[in-house]
Amino acid sequence: MGGAMVTETANTGGTGRSGRTRLSRSAARQRRRARLGPLSGLSHVALAVWTVLVVVPILWTFLASVKTEDEIFGSAWSMPAALRWDNWGRAWEQAHIGRYMLNSVIVVAFGTFGTMLLGSMAAYVLARYRFRGNRAIYLLFVSGLAFPVYLALTPLFFVVQNMGSVPLVGPLIGLDTRGGLVLVYIAYSLPFTVFFLSAFFRTLPGAVAEAAFVDGASHSRVFFQIMLPMARPGIVSITIFNILGQWNQYQIPLVLLSGQSKDKWVLTQGIADISTAAGYDADWAALFAALSMAILPMLVVYTVFQRQIQAGLTAGALK
Amino acid sequence: MSGTARPAGPNRVAFARARFIAGFLALPVLLYLIYVISPYAQAFHIAMTNWRGVSASPAFVGLENFRRLLGDGVFWTAVGHNGLLLLLLPVLTIAIALFFAFLLNAGGSGGGVSGVAGSRFYRVIFFFPQVLAVAIVAVLFQQVLRPDRSGMLNGPLIALGLRPVGFLSDPRLAFWSILAVLVWQAVGFYVVLFSAGMASIPREMYEAAQIDGAGRAQMFFRVTLPLLWDTVQVGWIYLGIAALDVFAIVWVMTAEHGGPDHSTTVMAAEIYRNAFQYFKFGYASAMGVVLFFFTVAFAVAALRLSRRERIEF
Repeated sequence: MGGAMVTETANTGGTGRSGRTRLSRSAARQRRRARLGPLSGLSHVALAVWTVLVVVPILWTFLASVKTEDEIFGSAWSMPAALRWDNWGRAWEQAHIGRYMLNSVIVVAFGTFGTMLLGSMAAYVLARYRFRGNRAIYLLFVSGLAFPVYLALTPLFFVVQNMGSVPLVGPLIGLDTRGGLVLVYIAYSLPFTVFFLSAFFRTLPGAVAEAAFVDGASHSRVFFQIMLPMARPGIVSITIFNILGQWNQYQIPLVLLSGQSKDKWVLTQGIADISTAAGYDADWAALFAALSMAILPMLVVYTVFQRQIQAGLTAGALK
Repeated sequence: MSGTARPAGPNRVAFARARFIAGFLALPVLLYLIYVISPYAQAFHIAMTNWRGVSASPAFVGLENFRRLLGDGVFWTAVGHNGLLLLLLPVLTIAIALFFAFLLNAGGSGGGVSGVAGSRFYRVIFFFPQVLAVAIVAVLFQQVLRPDRSGMLNGPLIALGLRPVGFLSDPRLAFWSILAVLVWQAVGFYVVLFSAGMASIPREMYEAAQIDGAGRAQMFFRVTLPLLWDTVQVGWIYLGIAALDVFAIVWVMTAEHGGPDHSTTVMAAEIYRNAFQYFKFGYASAMGVVLFFFTVAFAVAALRLSRRERIEF
């Protein structure tokens, strides 16, 4: 009897809660609320302060993007007399934001697709097949996680330059090409992708694959039609991780796409260039418009997919 | 009859298996060797040459570059800044993120075990800076921190008749502005990370602590933090690596790419400057090697120091 009572109070999720315990529980909650109540209000104040810190700079940029130059320099917080959408037009056309954005989309699309295809293939073989050298190849990939990319910058520049003189495909993958950037993105995304996905493939059950082998399915068929669909949650997370990582990359394009090939530049490069290279005669209104254009698609995509994005980006840390 | 035309069964199976393994690994490994492993291997060699200029032929100079690095004041200023970031970026970011994550998960009026109302809304907002490119954030804050009346912060100050603050133009302040922007961008990620960790702590733990009369602060330090320690540790390592790899914020946001007067420069910026503006490839690679050893040392130290008894629950 006494034992049953103890379990009942300890097990809060239990369904068989007696009226008496519920009563004393709510009384206790009331006392606690009296002690801790004001903190809830203070919690909201603290959280609201950070919300303001995050939101205001972004809203302020959007506001400035529809002001005239005089309004921007007159007072930081003045409202625009009229919405000057022509700033956005100038940023898109004359500052080539449209061009840079298209380049970013192309490079990230091919880069992420290539990363996911090659990364999942390597991860699958390393996770589920035993053969000589397996461990060595796995460690080779994972060791890439520890190296700072800045160590490789100089030699990487010359490697890509040399790739440009490879017969036939050279002109597509040398310096100042989007193809070269795509290959470099893939290679530098492999360590984390292989590390994460091979851990994921290891956790998948093997029964379905074995049944398929018995039915005469080939190894690659089992991979593409059975294992890859089973690994979907991991694939989605790491795809999001790679899309954002490659979209936001700045250092590598800065090295591989020089000032002579501005038509190949990616968005981060373009925006940074407007602000760093701009002198006193710069078109500041267009800069704010360009900045807004870079932020807006991220805001839209983030609003729609925020659950998946949060899961994808934090996945690596939680593993 | 059928057995004579083809190799024996088990052999064929083994061959198909080997061909599959080789086929799936060939391309990824090849790309990785060309673009990642070979540059890293070459970097250590280039660091021991006097290679300058795109076409010049380099000569082996041994450790000469490293000897010169020892006397390079700007580089050591950069190292100092990375060191300061390595110390402050994780501490500030983790402290702020833990504070907010705890409020979100246990700051509600429901007696300390429920989250505040709208915690999902806050999480969504807080996380957003994380999806923006660092280069974009750098340009954004360059405008926010402008020194004249067009700056988001200085505009109101000037309007009130106060002196504008040289967030990026005052050498004593510029570094702190960099740190603030880095924290601004990083906090949301760790709020989400720690929130996920806190959500997996069984509610009974808090209730038991409450019944024993624990206040909110005690609950945080005695229950939440010990059970979250693994996640905090991971966050610490991530932020430490990020602090050693700071580049875009400094390169894009500050005057003279690390100025004014080298007051914000970091190792990555000096490597890039020496390699691609001065074309001192050997010297820049030597800096890269130093950065590499700092990174390895940090990783080893972090793994050694922060390992504690893991609490299972």
